[in-house]
Amino acid sequence: MAVINELSLEERLQRALPADVTYASVRLWDERGESLAVERNVLRPLSTNFDVGVMFSVWNDGGLGYGATNDLSDAGLASAVASARRWAAATAGIGVVAEPPFGHPVGSYESPVTTPILADDLSDRIDLLMAQSQRMAGDDRLVDWSASLGHRHVDTLLLTSGGGRVEQQFRFIYPGLRATANEGTNTQSRTFGRNAYCGQGGLELLDNYGFGDAAERIAREAVELLDAPNCPTGTMDVLLAPDQMILQIHESIGHPLELDRILGDERNYAGTSFVTPDMFGSFQYGSEKLNVTFDPTVPGQLASYGFDDDGTPAEKQHLIRDGVLVRPLGGSTSAQRAGMDGVATSRACSWNRPPIDRMANLNIEAGESSFDELVGSIERGVYLQTNNSWSIDDSRNKFQFSCEYGTLIEDGELTTTVRNPSYRGVSQSFWRSLDGVGDASTFTVMGTPNCGKGELNQMVGTGHASPPCLFRDVEVFGADA
Amino acid sequence: MNARAAFDELVTWASGTLQGEEVLLASLVGESTDFVRFNHGDVRQAGSIQQQDISVELIDGRRHCSASMPFTGDAASDRSRLGAALRSLREQLRLVPEDPYLNYNTEVTNGQKVTPGELPDTTEVVGEVRSASTGHDLVGILASGDTYRGFANSLGQRNWSSASTFNLDWSMYLQADKAAKNGYAGFEWDSSTFQSKIDWSLQQVDALRRPARTISPGGYRTFLAPAAIEEFMTLLGYSAFGLRAHRTRQTPLLQMVAGDAQLHPRVSLSEATSQGVGPDFQSQGFLRPDAVDLIDRGQYVGHLISPRSAQEYGVATNGASSSEMPESLSLSTGSLPSGEVLEQLGTGLYVGNLWYLNYSDAAACRTTGMTRFATFWVEDGEISAPVNVMRFDDTAFNLLGDRLIDLTDTAEVVLDPMSYHARSTGSFRLPGALVEEMTFTL
Repeated sequence: MAVINELSLEERLQRALPADVTYASVRLWDERGESLAVERNVLRPLSTNFDVGVMFSVWNDGGLGYGATNDLSDAGLASAVASARRWAAATAGIGVVAEPPFGHPVGSYESPVTTPILADDLSDRIDLLMAQSQRMAGDDRLVDWSASLGHRHVDTLLLTSGGGRVEQQFRFIYPGLRATANEGTNTQSRTFGRNAYCGQGGLELLDNYGFGDAAERIAREAVELLDAPNCPTGTMDVLLAPDQMILQIHESIGHPLELDRILGDERNYAGTSFVTPDMFGSFQYGSEKLNVTFDPTVPGQLASYGFDDDGTPAEKQHLIRDGVLVRPLGGSTSAQRAGMDGVATSRACSWNRPPIDRMANLNIEAGESSFDELVGSIERGVYLQTNNSWSIDDSRNKFQFSCEYGTLIEDGELTTTVRNPSYRGVSQSFWRSLDGVGDASTFTVMGTPNCGKGELNQMVGTGHASPPCLFRDVEVFGADA
Repeated sequence: MNARAAFDELVTWASGTLQGEEVLLASLVGESTDFVRFNHGDVRQAGSIQQQDISVELIDGRRHCSASMPFTGDAASDRSRLGAALRSLREQLRLVPEDPYLNYNTEVTNGQKVTPGELPDTTEVVGEVRSASTGHDLVGILASGDTYRGFANSLGQRNWSSASTFNLDWSMYLQADKAAKNGYAGFEWDSSTFQSKIDWSLQQVDALRRPARTISPGGYRTFLAPAAIEEFMTLLGYSAFGLRAHRTRQTPLLQMVAGDAQLHPRVSLSEATSQGVGPDFQSQGFLRPDAVDLIDRGQYVGHLISPRSAQEYGVATNGASSSEMPESLSLSTGSLPSGEVLEQLGTGLYVGNLWYLNYSDAAACRTTGMTRFATFWVEDGEISAPVNVMRFDDTAFNLLGDRLIDLTDTAEVVLDPMSYHARSTGSFRLPGALVEEMTFTL
């Protein structure tokens, strides 16, 4: 924590916090990262990044304003505070919210790390990726392949005018693999979970994810898809692998339950929601096998934390219990506006964006079926792995998703590999067709590193964990449809 | 000292610290922006953001590494930070292999592109927005301020691009998902122009008051407004036009490249840098030409070529960024009078916007997405009813190829309102398109 440990900076931030207002806070964000990628056995340009800045927020006389800067001199801080004050004054009486719902929390959080990524030399990380790339090469039909490894170290400090102090240290790891094969106008790609194997920790995560063993399989499957038949078209059962479930959860449960969407904040960009406030407590979102939790306490998951960016302490909560919708994804501001119980989910992507309602870790709780039992219960269907394409309406209802790799299931057996598998559905009814949930042995912890939302636009990582799940009678199609 | 002078001075200082044959490339991205977010006509969040970052690339022979960091304009702190970064990069250079695809501009080509603006006090605009939306449900975002980009290298090259712009992007809601989306962006705020755009929003909202119609899946004669075409072009822009995507057979226009498909002869696309507000240089110091033709009368004719791709594939770069994505895309106009769109549509769908486009089958350029905002059923040239959202699934080769009837005779200029990481300096110049049939599925 190179910057936060400079005591003088924290003292200067404290001094800069206005004391003559209803509430004030300052959020410091100190980020260092590295991006490494080997593409067709050539190292792409190594890049490192360092970003640090602050956002002051001021609530006063019913107005709210912020000022953000990466000029951490006394003059820079004073200018940011002046902006926050100016906007608080300008918005008094015309704001959507008038009173701060926050307290003055004190606490800390650290990512669980066994072996820090920087324990290895840079040359070790380059060698690892070069070896992965070379493992993928070989077949003449491979036209592109790459191995990548990124990491981010993010340290944050939240100080409030009432003595609140929350310090958090995050260590993120992002491994990736991709292979693309081509024959004529047929191009097929396979990836390492489409970047979904990511989380908090150190080098141990690479082993946990099976990164070292995946390269040859991914290249082989990309080539295999060239000769595979197109996915058949028709109504059939689908068994979604965890690396497709995370997309299904994210788009058709996570976003619709975001309270700021329900309150209308996102209607000009990310969209609204088919969910309305009156549905909480009674709406049958899915079958009784569906249990969804907001859980920022899962060790090592991508969006685990001790406090959200407004300082609300994080704790696990059910959002859907036995299929019934019980609680929205709303931070303290949205919860106050809606008069509902929320969760600690007010998050910002960096120092230069104000917190809004975001998913954190949004997980499907494990069920009782083994993978073999799930497959065995399907007479005609398809097992779908790894998201490839996604599209859903702005109410988060009508969706169409595609996957990289499909395997037909016939009479309870996995049989033929198929390419270009897609399926369509409507969120409001799709989850009611959930008829099987994998047990704890199949539960996989993953994440989505790039979720875009908000005006101003923000990109954050969200965590998702799920077992494979079985849905009955889904509209499935391939590229010929 | 202003940002341009401070950046120039910092790179000059850093160039003096280089060792041996080292070369330094530096890029600056900065902005000073007021942002105000609205919901129900009230202010949701309001504030000001001052941010400046520099990225530097240290080159020694064919080895190179890069780093990015904050830039404050204070010489002492910036020199301290950059000096430490250069020492770190020098250590990294010992560990990275030679890069066969390293390519940077060694011919000094200075330049500047300054687009001045007369921006109003943002709080006054907030007052106008609230006044204009009284009694209505307006939601959206206002961004106003200066954006600037700079390039400098140790060879003495200096380039600068800056613009003072505002961008108000809003939706006027009737209820639920029934809304009209409009925007007002530019360099000089004009209250009467703004009011006329609000009036247009309210006219659309009035049309949305009619009972909504749900159409059945199938093919429909359709007019795609420029905002809907923008969604198509944004999707294509990710991977359709770069040389790398072509050579690795990942472009969704693969069938065009193979000669199996073509677009309508009325369709010409170019990266028209001179018509946009973005920089005319890129981070390896190469300048961008005024325009790069990508599609000419329906035929694929050119690529966006980054310096790295140029080196790898043995061709000349045309100043594309490393992503090889367009930043100032321009689509040719046609002969359909913009004032006669409904009449020429006759009976069919008027699609004001599309949303969340992605590929159903990228290799065939088959796309899917949703209608959004003001989409209407038109009968005999008159708006008949708003249409509930529908999913389409169709190929660009159909919509801008065999089934394209005509493009409108005027194009709209859209300043990209996106603000991921920083305010976008991208733009589009696009007409609307009348299509014989568009396929809707859900």
